[in-house]
Amino acid sequence: MFQKWKDRVTVTDIVMWMIGGTMLLLCLWGSVSTIRAGLYTSSHWIDFCIFGLAQGSIYALIATGYTMVYGVLKMINFAHGEVFMSGPFTGYFVAMAFWRSDFLDTHPVLGIIVIFGVAMFVSTMIAYFLEKIAYRPLRSAPRLIPLITAIGASFFLQYLFRGLYGSGINAYPDIEILEGFWMIFGIRVLKIQVIVIIAAVLLMLVLYNFIMLTKVGKAIRAVSEDKEAAALMGINVDAMISTTFVIGGMAAGAAGVLYALMFKQVHFFMGFIPGIKAFTAAVLGGIGNIPGAMLGGVFLGLIESVAPALFLDGLGIIAPYQLKDAIAFSMLVMVLIFRPTGILGERLSAKKA
Amino acid sequence: MAMLELKNVHAHYGKIHALKNVSIKVNKGEIVTLIGGNGAGKSTTLKTISGTLKPSSGQVFLNGEDLAKYPAHEIVKKGIVQVPEGRRIFGQLTVMENLDLGAFTSKDKKKDAQTIEKIFELFPRLAERCRQVAGTLSGGEQQMLAMGRALMTNPKILLLDEPSMGLAPVLVDNVFKTIKILHAEGTTILLVEQNARMALKTASRGYVIQTGKVIFEDDAKKLLENEMVKKAYMGD
Ligand SMILES: Nc1ncnc2c1ncn2[C@@H]1O[C@H](COP(=O)(O)OP(=O)(O)O)[C@@H](O)[C@H]1O
Ligand SMILES: [Mg+2]
Repeated sequence: MFQKWKDRVTVTDIVMWMIGGTMLLLCLWGSVSTIRAGLYTSSHWIDFCIFGLAQGSIYALIATGYTMVYGVLKMINFAHGEVFMSGPFTGYFVAMAFWRSDFLDTHPVLGIIVIFGVAMFVSTMIAYFLEKIAYRPLRSAPRLIPLITAIGASFFLQYLFRGLYGSGINAYPDIEILEGFWMIFGIRVLKIQVIVIIAAVLLMLVLYNFIMLTKVGKAIRAVSEDKEAAALMGINVDAMISTTFVIGGMAAGAAGVLYALMFKQVHFFMGFIPGIKAFTAAVLGGIGNIPGAMLGGVFLGLIESVAPALFLDGLGIIAPYQLKDAIAFSMLVMVLIFRPTGILGERLSAKKA
Repeated sequence: MAMLELKNVHAHYGKIHALKNVSIKVNKGEIVTLIGGNGAGKSTTLKTISGTLKPSSGQVFLNGEDLAKYPAHEIVKKGIVQVPEGRRIFGQLTVMENLDLGAFTSKDKKKDAQTIEKIFELFPRLAERCRQVAGTLSGGEQQMLAMGRALMTNPKILLLDEPSMGLAPVLVDNVFKTIKILHAEGTTILLVEQNARMALKTASRGYVIQTGKVIFEDDAKKLLENEMVKKAYMGD
């Protein structure tokens, strides 16, 4: 029994477990001292959580795109962050035109719907043509090739937007009805955060039901499992792959506008960090798994928002909030080491990668 | 005119010359079998018919129409469906979802519902398991599902690639019984098998393929008597 255990566990494993254990202990210790110091009231924690949920549901929407594309093509679409950026960036020009003409004051709901429509359309088109132009010709190439192409496409799109519209930060206009607070159960919450959460959850429900219940959704899942068998059932595999990019693009475009409305700005580089965070979320949830990506996104948003204060403040770290990205990416590394299949992931052996 | 005809078909995998001048005919209402050893080119022949591998030269005709210009998913719409080797069911989808996908090309929901009824009559086991995830089915049940899924397309001609592979003898009998039922109902069948004896007993005509070439073609009864075939493929 012990012999068997000794054969399976290497020195590296032990070191890794020690690092993992130490981090866990530090987090625990940090949390205990933070809470005992009483720096934050419960209303602070509630604020952190709601902000985390809002941020996380945006990650979740982007993450579905990563995970679905991984499903059908077994590749990480590293240009997905730029798909996310292109929508709200274009939407910005619409928003400014509306704002100048007072349309946003007179017809705010219609205005917002049009901004969403334009942004989702642009993101969708970019995702669609990205697949058609950059990935389809490489369908049978070794797996590293489309990955490198994806990184190239990501830079191309970033610098395309930079070239066209400059490298400045463009402020989204204020929209009156999204400003201010609501009182919910006696808790003061920012309207925009609640709206982001509700919109993102609704979109994810639509997306999930589409994938689970419609014929096209089932066909996409079939293509994810076995392209040749899918073709033998009369499924147009190329069309299903395109559809996957279209759905991912729509979700990313919508997420982009929610992001722009919440943070009130767009710029050519805005897709990079949320893109990598959403990728992290997809890995957390188990890449290829749609509910996993949604869960992973929400979880990552929450952790990022709560952890700096909870884990780090008590350890005496100054300005812990600056470290939220470090926390997110440490989680990515930890998951890759200790549970590469993610929270809801299938076993790697079951995967026909 | 034959319903399905392969005329001087050659096929390549890169440099590997897998089919060499293969000509096969299947008439309406027939069961034709294609037998041969491992790696002889049986599956490749079916791939050239289904369109997942295009012939490097030669043609495949369905009722006189050259299929060269159609991609695999269009060929299914023309009425040719294949149950691939190793079943290839969608293991993470439920039994019902697998059957629904068989009807992917159909727009007629009412007809699909009738077809499902028929398939459940043929394979009552699938009805019992219809909500189960297909990957958890036994080998025999997976073969039923693979056939059921293909039948959902209401094919004119059914291509079966080693349907008895890896099944216990009782289940093998079941598979061949099902083939006879489908034939009696009017489906034309091209049956690929390594189990030459069973295949030739079920079929009306047969082809023997070896290293990519058709070496014999005859009535199934005569092939059963052929000394060379007996020796090479039936272990006598
Ligand atoms: N995907 C492939 N790539 C390269 N060679 C292949 C491939 N599939 C089959 N072959 C080769 O083509 C020949 C015929 O294979 P196949 O048609 O699968 O034989 P069978 O079905 O009769 O066992 C074999 O020599 C096999 O090695
Ligand atoms: Mg074979």
